[in-house]
Amino acid sequence: MSIEIKDLSYVYSPGTPYACTALDKVSLTVDEGDFVGIIGKTGSGKSTFIQHLNALIRLQSGSLKVFGIDLSAKKPDLKKLRGTVGMVMQYPEYQLFDETVEKDVSYGPKNLGLSEEEIKGRVREAIGLVGLDYDEVKDRSPFELSGGQKRRVAIAGVIAMKPRVLVLDEPTAGLDPRGKREILSLVHKLKETSSPTVLIISHDMDAVAEHCNKVALFSKGKIASVGSPREIFYDDALLNETEMDRPAVVRIVKEMEQRGVILPERPVTRAEFVAAVKRWRDA
Amino acid sequence: MHNVVFGQYYPSDSVVHRLDARMKLLAVILYIVTVFFVVDYAMYAALFLFVFAVALIAKIPLKVLFRTVRTIVFLVLITSIINLFFTQGDTLWVHWHFIKIYREGVERAIKLALRLILLMLFPSILTLTTTPMELTDALESLMSPLKLLKVPVHAIALIMSIALRMIPILVEETEKIMQAQKARGADFDTGGALKKAKAMIPVLVPLFVGAFRRADELALAMDARCYSSVAKRTKYRVMRFALRDLFASLFCIAVFSLVFLNKYLWPFDEMILSLFGSL
Repeated sequence: MSIEIKDLSYVYSPGTPYACTALDKVSLTVDEGDFVGIIGKTGSGKSTFIQHLNALIRLQSGSLKVFGIDLSAKKPDLKKLRGTVGMVMQYPEYQLFDETVEKDVSYGPKNLGLSEEEIKGRVREAIGLVGLDYDEVKDRSPFELSGGQKRRVAIAGVIAMKPRVLVLDEPTAGLDPRGKREILSLVHKLKETSSPTVLIISHDMDAVAEHCNKVALFSKGKIASVGSPREIFYDDALLNETEMDRPAVVRIVKEMEQRGVILPERPVTRAEFVAAVKRWRDA
Repeated sequence: MHNVVFGQYYPSDSVVHRLDARMKLLAVILYIVTVFFVVDYAMYAALFLFVFAVALIAKIPLKVLFRTVRTIVFLVLITSIINLFFTQGDTLWVHWHFIKIYREGVERAIKLALRLILLMLFPSILTLTTTPMELTDALESLMSPLKLLKVPVHAIALIMSIALRMIPILVEETEKIMQAQKARGADFDTGGALKKAKAMIPVLVPLFVGAFRRADELALAMDARCYSSVAKRTKYRVMRFALRDLFASLFCIAVFSLVFLNKYLWPFDEMILSLFGSL
């Protein structure tokens, strides 16, 4: 168990007329190696939830443990926590600030207090991991790169801290279809190479169905349901009640079922779909 | 967050809220001038009564009104104390070592404190009952005669309203960037002043870049809608000087005149004292 969240509640501006409950007794367990998709409408509490994972929001009530770091403790080890949980915010390219790409990426590792040599190595590795040419970009200003490249540099800045958990808040927002595919395959690569546990907030149900092994559906500050993509995306009552979309694969399967084509099993990814259709054809 | 968006605007449904912002603004300016002419304690009391009455009509709790005074408590204390010890006069009340306190000093300290508090209270009612946008519109309207002198009144008002609109956006952006850099291990809270200032660079650079980006986008969006600063424009909310504004103006003028009558014709304090003396 890498992350354990129990009865987490959070109220914005408590005790004022503007008080607003963002999270209401949310519990979730994430195991090492999980690829968790966090879905839900705007304002359902997703962002507030993931901000807790990095102690960007102080715990109000409930308990939260990340790899043994207890956030309900009086003074949790924030430095260690932030080296453990890497957070890629929405539009991360807007946080770039330094003169060169190399300096910007080394900001995180520097804050961790690593040695000069270690930092250099990590920066080189991180820039390579996000698919940029280290020697070509290291001395360029991050502000003269293209939008997609900027986002990669920003993600490299988080990767260079070598987090065991990678948390991404809508990493594909504002990108074209190709950019979306590239960032998603990058996330997949990062999961396999550097950060084995990934949590991702996304409004792209296709991406969630394709990549995640666990889906948490947020609705009105609560987790309406947690399960495999198959359990979530074929639960009609749940999806209708929370007004969520279905991935394209699920929509096609539903359409086929209405026309009398019943596949041997219910697929959620494209590969599963193709396999299921082949098996149905051969049967 | 709310505080930044509306300043200290206190939403409620009252006559004072609905008064013409131009009238309120003029009343506040007159009031500020008037306060400097107050002499007698009775007049101070009368002005406090006036302010409380307006607050009552505006449905603003006194607690909310006095919150604004909290910001100047320090200033009030300092000026009063200085005046208490350094005013020379005829009637010596306290003499201890080198400390001399005169009757005049005490009186002056009290009156200065009262004056500062009065100066803070009534303008607060203006900002509590008027949104920053209304205030900007009022300023534009009041400054419009300057157009004859080729002062770009409309442009100034537009700059003010855009600035007001941008404040909450920039605050929100600052919070976001600070969170992002905190997630990368930034530490904004420890260390000396220099270290803290240095720690803000990773926040300020993206903030400025973002502000310029937004300004660019806004200029483009305005241009795309054929905005021109010289064209004659109409307002969505048209300000009208209504009957209630007339009554409110008359009421204010009556109260303010009292101050001048008191200073030049009727010494209220003496009149009250002699009244008690004759009993």
